[in-house]
Amino acid sequence: MHKFANPAQFTKIASRVLPWTSSFAAVCSLFGLYFGIFDSPADYQQGETVRIMYVHVPAAWMSLFIYSLMAAASASFLIWKHSLADIAARSLAPIGAAFTAITLITGALWGQPMWGTWWVWDARLTSVLVLFFLYLGYMALVNAFDDPEKGSKAAAGLALIGFVNVPIIKFSVDWWNTLHQPASLSRLDAPAIDISMLTPLLLMALGFKLLLISILIIKMRTILIEKRIEAKQLLKSG
Amino acid sequence: MTPTRRRLTFICLGFLSLLVASALALTAFEDTLVFFYSPSDIKEKSINTDKQIRIGGLVKSGSLRKSEDGILVRFEVTDLKHSIPAVYRGPLPDLFRENQGVVAEGHLSKGIFRAKTILAKHDENYMPKEVADSLKKAGKWKGENKN
Repeated sequence: MHKFANPAQFTKIASRVLPWTSSFAAVCSLFGLYFGIFDSPADYQQGETVRIMYVHVPAAWMSLFIYSLMAAASASFLIWKHSLADIAARSLAPIGAAFTAITLITGALWGQPMWGTWWVWDARLTSVLVLFFLYLGYMALVNAFDDPEKGSKAAAGLALIGFVNVPIIKFSVDWWNTLHQPASLSRLDAPAIDISMLTPLLLMALGFKLLLISILIIKMRTILIEKRIEAKQLLKSG
Repeated sequence: MTPTRRRLTFICLGFLSLLVASALALTAFEDTLVFFYSPSDIKEKSINTDKQIRIGGLVKSGSLRKSEDGILVRFEVTDLKHSIPAVYRGPLPDLFRENQGVVAEGHLSKGIFRAKTILAKHDENYMPKEVADSLKKAGKWKGENKN
């Protein structure tokens, strides 16, 4: 693992992986959207509105998945001082914030026709809003210091503290009465989603994961190049 | 102990104590974190029913009565153990029907819940209508809605 935490090695592998992840991301999301919108059945209770699920649910998974990655990267930055881990965490934050925003917006659009409200302060919705602010807080904190090293450390600390929120979001629907329904997929018995609806859902989830890898590679590569430019300028002026 | 080792232990222990602290805090605040009370909560726990509260459960099968113009509705909220009669005046969400989950906000007076807002709650099952119908026909329906 430590062998790959080297910027040159990373750039080499990342450049080779990027064309594959980005094209498969496009293929999976397009097929997922096509099946989701045109070629999957309406729900027995929710009718056509259920199609919001194909964006909402994968985006919600991403918001938790990305935060977990960001917390792991922050921990390895604090413990092993890998600068690449710091760059990964910095790159993940805006991507995670975007997916969380998508989750909140599609959730509101889904809640209005089905529940009869855009928003309620139940445990699930509130904890996801907290997640959104944790991402924003990370992004603000990481750039708040003149010394970038200080910013990285402070933001990594925030990311680790905020990780407590991840299990709370996941289990909020089981621990407390919420308006949001419990999980359909991660149950001990069979998933509560018919296979005809599960296929586009999983395709979208895969597409979003590949999209994440692609954006992450591009962002990390950009930061690495910026750092090299800065270093060269310092050499020149010094 | 190497510095790396020390940082690792420090972060692990720090996170662990944070987890314990949050678990304790969340357990302590449990009653304020629930979005609604079930009819059993209302009957069995001593909940202050003077202020506005939310109750949730299923719309009891066969309890739904609408006035002729459809604006006034009477129904019972049940958790299959206890039920509370409720009245509501106003527009209803699409999913509001018998045997379907409901959350009502309002206040309890003389045993009747006067709802100001009605929210529909749905379960985690998603399937096309044909599958739902054939499951019901085969008697393999596991969901809470038997309509």
